Parts: sequence; structure tokens; C-alpha cells
Amino acid sequence: MNPVPTAENPFAGDNSGIQKRETAARWALRVGSYIVVIITLAIMLHIFIKGAPVTFQSKWPFVNTQFLTELPSQLHVIEDKQGNHYETGVNGADAIKKQLGDNFRSEKTIAYSGGGILGPIVGTALLVIVSVGVALFLGVACAIYLSEYAKHGKFLEMVRLAILNLAGVPSVVFGLFGLGAFVLTAPVFVDVPADRSVFAIPLGFTTLSFEGWDTCVLSGGFTLAFVILPVIITASEQCLQAVPQGFRETSMALGATRWQTIRYSVLPFATPGILTSSILGIARAAGETAPIMFTAALAFKDKLPWQKDLPPLPADASIFAHWEQSVSRFLGIFTESVQALPYHIYTLAAKIPQNEYSERAQYGSVFVFLVLVASLAASSVLLRKRLRAKYRW
Amino acid sequence: MAAETPAPVSEEPLIQVEKFNYAYGDHQVLFDVDLNMHSKDVMALIGPSGCGKSTLIRSINRINDLVESARVVSGSIKIDGVDLYAPNVDVINLRRNVGMVFQKYNPFPRSIFENAVYGLRVAGIKDRHDLEEAAERSLKSAALWDEVKDRLHEMATGLSGGQQQRLCIARAIALQPRILLMDEPCAALDPIATARIEELILQLRGQYTFVIVTHNMEQAKRIADRTAFFYKGKLIEEDDTMTIFNRPNDPLTESYITGRLA
Ligand SMILES: Nc1ncnc2c1ncn2[C@@H]1O[C@H](COP(=O)(O)OP(=O)(O)OP(=O)(O)O)[C@@H](O)[C@H]1O
Ligand SMILES: [Mg+2]
Repeated sequence: MNPVPTAENPFAGDNSGIQKRETAARWALRVGSYIVVIITLAIMLHIFIKGAPVTFQSKWPFVNTQFLTELPSQLHVIEDKQGNHYETGVNGADAIKKQLGDNFRSEKTIAYSGGGILGPIVGTALLVIVSVGVALFLGVACAIYLSEYAKHGKFLEMVRLAILNLAGVPSVVFGLFGLGAFVLTAPVFVDVPADRSVFAIPLGFTTLSFEGWDTCVLSGGFTLAFVILPVIITASEQCLQAVPQGFRETSMALGATRWQTIRYSVLPFATPGILTSSILGIARAAGETAPIMFTAALAFKDKLPWQKDLPPLPADASIFAHWEQSVSRFLGIFTESVQALPYHIYTLAAKIPQNEYSERAQYGSVFVFLVLVASLAASSVLLRKRLRAKYRW
Repeated sequence: MAAETPAPVSEEPLIQVEKFNYAYGDHQVLFDVDLNMHSKDVMALIGPSGCGKSTLIRSINRINDLVESARVVSGSIKIDGVDLYAPNVDVINLRRNVGMVFQKYNPFPRSIFENAVYGLRVAGIKDRHDLEEAAERSLKSAALWDEVKDRLHEMATGLSGGQQQRLCIARAIALQPRILLMDEPCAALDPIATARIEELILQLRGQYTFVIVTHNMEQAKRIADRTAFFYKGKLIEEDDTMTIFNRPNDPLTESYITGRLA
């Protein structure tokens, strides 16, 4: 029988049903969270176990410098009659075969799995620099306009909606957009427009030709910038909105213009948040594959972007000529196609026959990539902490 | 005190509010306000919450222009006979002449020095010596100099609430404005800090024209030469502070100051 309230215990009653449901709900939520944690840990652990041995070693300097400083290359695996395996690059293969002589049994070559991953690391770094630079400039400008200048109303709502939608566009669409916009039609200054030029505007001393930037860091960086733009705009706008309205009023009440107010009393206090969000943008940009596949990245490239054969300068070349060549060499970095980490991982995983050697290169790359992203995230947290401490209100 | 020196009413008023109607969007909040304020007077604006005191005071330096929906429906506010809402008025110039101190003390999270000279910096003054001189002068007149002179380059947010509010006053008077608007300057302060601000206002009396919004009747009595009572967006009456508090004309005023107004 259900207990009923009495004079001694006016709160008596049966709540066992309620408590059962409480317990069930709590357990369902708890199990759900545990599953997420376990799966995340399992993935991390798996990558760590398989990837760490490729990147680290037990001997000094404890880091596999070859893996981090060499370009990817073909791996040769030579087997002798006793079943011993010798791994080597292209150049070492003949020497080992000669040494083995009659003892030689077989030779296997595995694409992209030898050497290191310096090329992809450099490529990803360059793509990130360009994309974050472009996205920060455009995104912060847009956020400032939306937050500080634009009047509330239909137009503003539409722009916000458009930005939100941009965030939902599949990244391969960005890739195709980048191909059309930056690789094939973006404007360049040339002396003679190419045949494929969409149209050309003669400027006298040069011609502005819409013939595209070709497959290069610049095209890929701009494409990636549009991928992370929504994140940066939304986050920057939130950071600007978080600056107390009182700062704006006080500043304007002291005779500041709107731009002075933004420059001195809004932006500095929004910067920590904007930087944090941009670092998260870096992680996103570094990890995207589809947007760079058509615009910047190659599956394989045996040169770093600055390894270019420029004609040697004459011995008596002026300082100016040297300077000019350095500048063009530097700018040339951004007009080269590159390898990139996510695309390299994709190539290793999906484009070549799988075996223990390709798997090793693959997990090593994934591990390095995760370490890079994790350190970016960590530095974003640290940076935010330090800036927050400086600008508190 | 305040009431023993009745303000000279004969001369031309400095601020003239004439048939002023003001609205946020379709929501009108000030109705036909007519109010004259004389040079070097301390004018207190009192009235129940939401009656439009802040709106009026924020219209005098046009800081309410920042509120998107805010607009003048009709009427005018004039300073020295110049309509502030005329198209040829430069709001930047206006705001340099009409300083404002807000309810919530809000120094920028910068150094005390940078706060004190903010208005001068944005006005384009770069000379270090001029800035230092101005900072010292304004901090002295805000009775803050002795407390901060050794820590000018520390963060202003490290000061006590009362000190921060005095810094905000210093920051406003660094531009040597003619008028100082204060919207409940003591609302966020404890009684001791409040007393210091009141003391400061009494010290500065005669140098600036003050317009002060307050919910504190005693404060109005202590510092104001004249007091204006607002109710639901209308000016009910305006007179000598002592007259308002001792012999108010309107029964509404009387019930408000005696705390009987619902
Ligand atoms: N930014 C705004 N947008 C729309 N309406 C507003 C805005 N600010 C004030 N109002 C309205 O205008 C009226 C007057 O407000 P105001 O702030 O001037 O009153 P107040 O007398 O200063 O009140 P309090 O004593 O509470 O500060 C109120 O009805 C308020 O709701
Ligand atoms: Mg108010």
C-alpha cells in the first residue's frame, strides 16, 4: 500500500517511480558521454601507438629527424634469402643489391612512403598563413561593419543568414569555387595575356588579365580563407558585441569619432577573442582536403616551393638586382603548388596499395598533424589567457 | 549652502530645451519639455524610474544618437542659442564642450594616465608634455591627483569604485568642457565615495554648468541650485531646489519627494 501523509509524517508518499525514472535518465546520459569519451580516446590512442614510433625514436635526438626534414620519396624494400628486410631510398638500393650479391631475393618499391614529410608540412604551413591572413582581414572587416556600422534590419539579417549558410556549404564546393574563381579567372598583371584569359584590361605599361593564378598556394589559401570565413566573422562579431556598450558611449562622449572609438576602445578589447577564434580557424584550414585538391595541392612534388632555378645573377649585379631577385624568390613561394598534410594522408591511405610500410608513413603523418593542431589549440588557450589578464574590465 | 545663493535668473540661459519631444521608434518618451538651465548652475533632474531623465540628459550631448531607434520628434535643445540638432552642428565639437559622466563608472582598461588624456589624444594632441600637464590638471581638479600620482601608469581598473568614478570625471574635464552632464554619478558607489563625489561637485561649482540626474533626494538638496521634477516624460515643475523640496507647487512633486508616489 502507498504510504499516506499522516500527522507524524505529513510528507509521506511513494516516489519510487519518480526515482527510477531519474536514475534511468541519469544513466542514459552518463553512458552517452562515456561512449563519446571512449571513442575519442580510442582514436587518439590508436594514432599515438601507431604514429609515435614513426616520429620518435629511442636514440638521440629522440625525434626522427629524417621524417620531419626530408621530402617524401619512394621507399625501396629489399629482401635477402634469409628473409631480412633492408629499407632504403632510391639511391641506396643498388648499393645494397650489389652488397647482397647472390643473397638477393626480391625488391619492392612503395610510392611516397620513404623519406619524410617536410614537403606537406611546409605546404600546409604556407596555406594556413595565406588563408588565415586573408580570412582575418576580410572577416574582421566584415564583423566590424556588421557590429559597429550596419543598421539593424532586413539587410543585416540577410547578410547574417548568408554567412550562416556559407558555413554549411560542403568543402568540395569551395574547392570547385576556388578552381573557377582563383585558379582560372583571378586577375593578374601580365605583359601579354594568355589565350585562356577571360578578359583583359590594357593599362598601358601592363595588362590586367583575368587568366587565373594557376594551381598554387595563393589560390588554395584564398579558397581556404572562404571556408573559415564564416567561423571568423561569427566569432569576431560575438567578440565585438561582448565589449561593453559603455566603452563606445564613453569614447564618443569624449569627442572620439566612430572609427577612433573602434580603433582605441573596441578592437583592442575584442582582439583576444578574435585571435582565439582565428587559431581555431587555423586548425580547420590546416585539416581541409577538398578545397585544396583542385587549387593548390599536388599528390607529389619533389621540390620545396622556394627551390626554384632562377638564372644566376652576373658577378657584378647591383644590390638592387640581388634584392629584386630575393623578393621575387620570396613572392614566388606563393605562386608554387605544394604538397599538404591532409592531402598527403589521403594519398597514402587511398591512392597507393596498402602495406605495413605505407601504413607507417600514413600514421606518422596523422600523428604529426594532430600534434600540430593540438599545439595550435593549446597556444590559442594560452594566448587568450594572457590577453584576457591584460585587458580585463 | 546651495539654496542660500539663488542663481541669477535674469541673464540669458545657457541651455534652452524648447517644446522638446523625443521618441524611441514609435514610443515617445519626452513630451513638450521646456527647461532653461543657466550658466554655472547645478541643475538636478529627479523623477521616478523611466520618466525620461536619462533620455533628456543624453540628448544634450547627442550621445543618444548612438541608439538606432532614437529620434527627435519636434522641438529643440539650444546651447547659447544654437540648435544642437541643426545640420551644421559638429557632434564631435559639441561633445568636447559638453562632458558626460555615466552611472556605471567605466574607465577603459588602460592606465590611469591614458584614461585621463583619452579625449585629448583623440582630439589629436600628441605632445607628451602637454598631455602630462593636462592629466595633472584634470586629476587635481577631480581631487584624485594625490591618490594616483605615483601610479599613473597602472591600470585604472585597479582603483576603487569611487576613485574610478573620479577618474571618469577627470577624463571628462580634461577637455575643459563648459557643461558637465552626470547620469546618476553616485548610484554605484557607497556612502563615503558618494560624499567625496558630492564634495567634488561642490568644489567645481562655478567652473562648470552641471546637469545631474539623481534618485537621491538628499543629494539633490545638498548639491543642486535648481531642481526639475519629471513624471512620465513631462516636466512637472522646475524651481529653486529649496522651493521644490519645501513648498512644491504640484501635488505630484510633493508625493514624489515624500516617497508616496506609486
Ligand atoms: N535604448 C532604448 N530603446 C528603447 N526605449 C528606451 C531606450 N532607452 C530608454 N527607453 C525608454 O524610454 C523611457 C525613458 O527611459 P530613461 O532611461 O530616459 O528613463 P530614466 O528616467 O532615466 O529612468 P531611470 O531612473 O530608471 O534611469 C523608458 O520608458 C524606457 O523604456
Ligand atoms: Mg536613467
